Amino acid sequence: MKRILLSVAALAGAAAFFAFSNAPIAEAAQAQGDVARGQAAFERIGCWACHGHQGQGGSTGPKIAPNPLAFPAFSGFVRTTSGEMPPFTARVLPDQDLRDIHAFLMSVPAAPAVATIPLLQ
Amino acid sequence: MSGSDKQPRIERRQFLKGAAAAGPALAAASLVSPQAAQAAQTPAGAAAPATMAVREQHPPGTGQPLAPGYVVGGDHMTDCLRALDIEYVASCPGSTFRGFQESIINYGGNKKPEFLTALHEDSSVHFAMGYAKITGKPMAAMIHGVVGVQHASMAIYNAFGDQVPVYIIAGNLLSEWGRRPGAEAAHSSTDQAQMVRDYIKWDEQPTTLRDFSNAAARCYEAAVSGAPGPVMLTADADMQEEAIHEDHKADLRLPKIGRRIPASADSGTVQELATMLCNAENPVLSLDRYGNNDKSIPLMVELAEALQAPVIDTRGRMNFPNRHPLNVSDIGGPYLRNADVVLAVEPRDLFGMVMALDDEDVRTPRPRIGQNTKVVRLGISHTSQKPNYGGSQRYAPADLDIQADAQGTMPALIEAVKRMAKPNFAARGERIANQTKNLLERAKAEAAYGWDASPISTARLCAEIWDQIKNEEYTVPTETNFLSSWPQRLWVMDKYYNFLGRSGGWGVGYNSAAAIGAALANKPHGRVTVALAGDGDFMMAPGVIWTAAHHQIPILFVIHNNRGYHQETMHLQRMANRRNRAVTTADIGTTIKDPNMDFAMMAKSMGVYSEGPVSNPVDLRPAIQRALAVVKRGEPAVLDIVAQPR
Repeated sequence: MKRILLSVAALAGAAAFFAFSNAPIAEAAQAQGDVARGQAAFERIGCWACHGHQGQGGSTGPKIAPNPLAFPAFSGFVRTTSGEMPPFTARVLPDQDLRDIHAFLMSVPAAPAVATIPLLQ
Repeated sequence: MSGSDKQPRIERRQFLKGAAAAGPALAAASLVSPQAAQAAQTPAGAAAPATMAVREQHPPGTGQPLAPGYVVGGDHMTDCLRALDIEYVASCPGSTFRGFQESIINYGGNKKPEFLTALHEDSSVHFAMGYAKITGKPMAAMIHGVVGVQHASMAIYNAFGDQVPVYIIAGNLLSEWGRRPGAEAAHSSTDQAQMVRDYIKWDEQPTTLRDFSNAAARCYEAAVSGAPGPVMLTADADMQEEAIHEDHKADLRLPKIGRRIPASADSGTVQELATMLCNAENPVLSLDRYGNNDKSIPLMVELAEALQAPVIDTRGRMNFPNRHPLNVSDIGGPYLRNADVVLAVEPRDLFGMVMALDDEDVRTPRPRIGQNTKVVRLGISHTSQKPNYGGSQRYAPADLDIQADAQGTMPALIEAVKRMAKPNFAARGERIANQTKNLLERAKAEAAYGWDASPISTARLCAEIWDQIKNEEYTVPTETNFLSSWPQRLWVMDKYYNFLGRSGGWGVGYNSAAAIGAALANKPHGRVTVALAGDGDFMMAPGVIWTAAHHQIPILFVIHNNRGYHQETMHLQRMANRRNRAVTTADIGTTIKDPNMDFAMMAKSMGVYSEGPVSNPVDLRPAIQRALAVVKRGEPAVLDIVAQPR
């Protein structure tokens, strides 16, 4: 029985890539995506498995929401990554699904300020 | 002979021995008729009249009460466990040790050792692991012949991988002649330990009570010496049940535990190491299975502060305070890459410390350290390796391999380093402190993402728990990497018992059961034990919470319910993705849903207070509050928390 943990370190490259994610989103890309369909695709495709249901990230995948990469960079990464996260081709993740997922990630509200969370004081 | 030769005694085993001594002719006769066998039962030269007299008092196998003045082999075995200071025997019952069990309960009064009822042999061994990680001494796990050993084998493998002393006692009926058809024959073997010999440190199958004392002592010594680990002492059922005269028992020697002083490095080697560390510009301390007792962490803090060197805790144990300014565990990459000397302390896996190997199509090792980095290994954790199992991978050599107990070497090393400390160490320490001072704030900022999400974020879950135990002495006996290590990032951890490391063999089912053993060990200290166990891990042996209820072991059981063997979900998805085909099917065979488990109902059915499923983060606080109140009155409580996958 193979019980290999996904390496946090191995995903550091991906995390660094996403760290440049504050670029503004092209209006056009957002307009093409549907938030509800995107959330459904995010769950169906399994993005949540490594990145969390809100895209908040964790030990197995970096935070990808809120404020995801601009769609061209987002799409480019998903289609061509060669790390522990294999590339998702259009065959398994059609372009429209990818746009919808991006729209969903765009819709994730900003995290509450730490100062407003008593438990984190 | 089990006892001394000066008194007569008789028992089934002795009879069989006599039969064997009489040779093939006797065997043939025995097959013909019991009378013939009985006629030949007295071996040549034995004191036949006396033996027969005893037989009159205590005929073997007739159910007659034990004659006055006689005890049984199991009583002596119980004395041996007591002499070894074994407090508990965890056990799922089995007839191959019924004689021993009865002795522990009735002869020993079920005190030291006391029976701890388990519902699976795997749980027995895992209980013992959690207990040993707190107390530093072995618990016995008594296991049924053959099938019990087979059940227990994964947990034994975990104990071996994690280097935890577990004293396994396996029942067996060694004599083929005396085995009843059916279960008794099926549950006996010639070489019981053969099944697990690849991952135990030692095993013995004594054939006399005198040898039992000897074997019991040797097994104990093997379990706790050097790199600790599991051992197996096979207790022959005949020997457990055989009658011996009290005088014979008094003659049998009992095991004795002497003081153990771990081997420390010699003064020349310590000086050489101190020189390397003090002359290095960027030394790094990397710790694996180091922190095992209350002296471990203070010593390591003293060394790190003397050097003002960064420390990476790989969390094989609780090795270094998580909030210490020199703790760079979560930002250790650059420190390792720039290190000129890495001191690897008690590494089980040196390759993993200095190299990375990612799960990619083409697996190419990536050095974590620089080309010229000198690696010093200090410890004995790698010395218990065996060829067939146990974490062998690419070989990583150390430039200097100091095969001495790290903690035992610490006082001399600290002294040597202090003598050679340089003024510029302080500036190094300040630089490191500047880089670590914001780690907590960064962790809090990351914890805020998904704060109000449902399923509940693992950060929120851990923050809510911490808020209610932060003023307690506590233990997290479970692996935290499945919760993105939030306890290490948000809590204060500075005692060796705050965190107990991992399973050792990555065998699922460890967490829930080891937590019970740890909670039992914590009970006299009044520490709160908080198990953060996955739903998949819990379902390997859910009966462990019944054990907690039955024995009134206080423990807060928080089930991290992500409704699956989530690691495997990710693996399956990765496979499908690499093959460029359906990535939507990763839940087939990996998830635990449709229907969802009702863990609260399951716990209630075992007499355990429970709540859940809790999926709204607002409900967490009061649920934890109520559960902790139950724990503080000495009982277990289970919370089923529907949470994010990691």
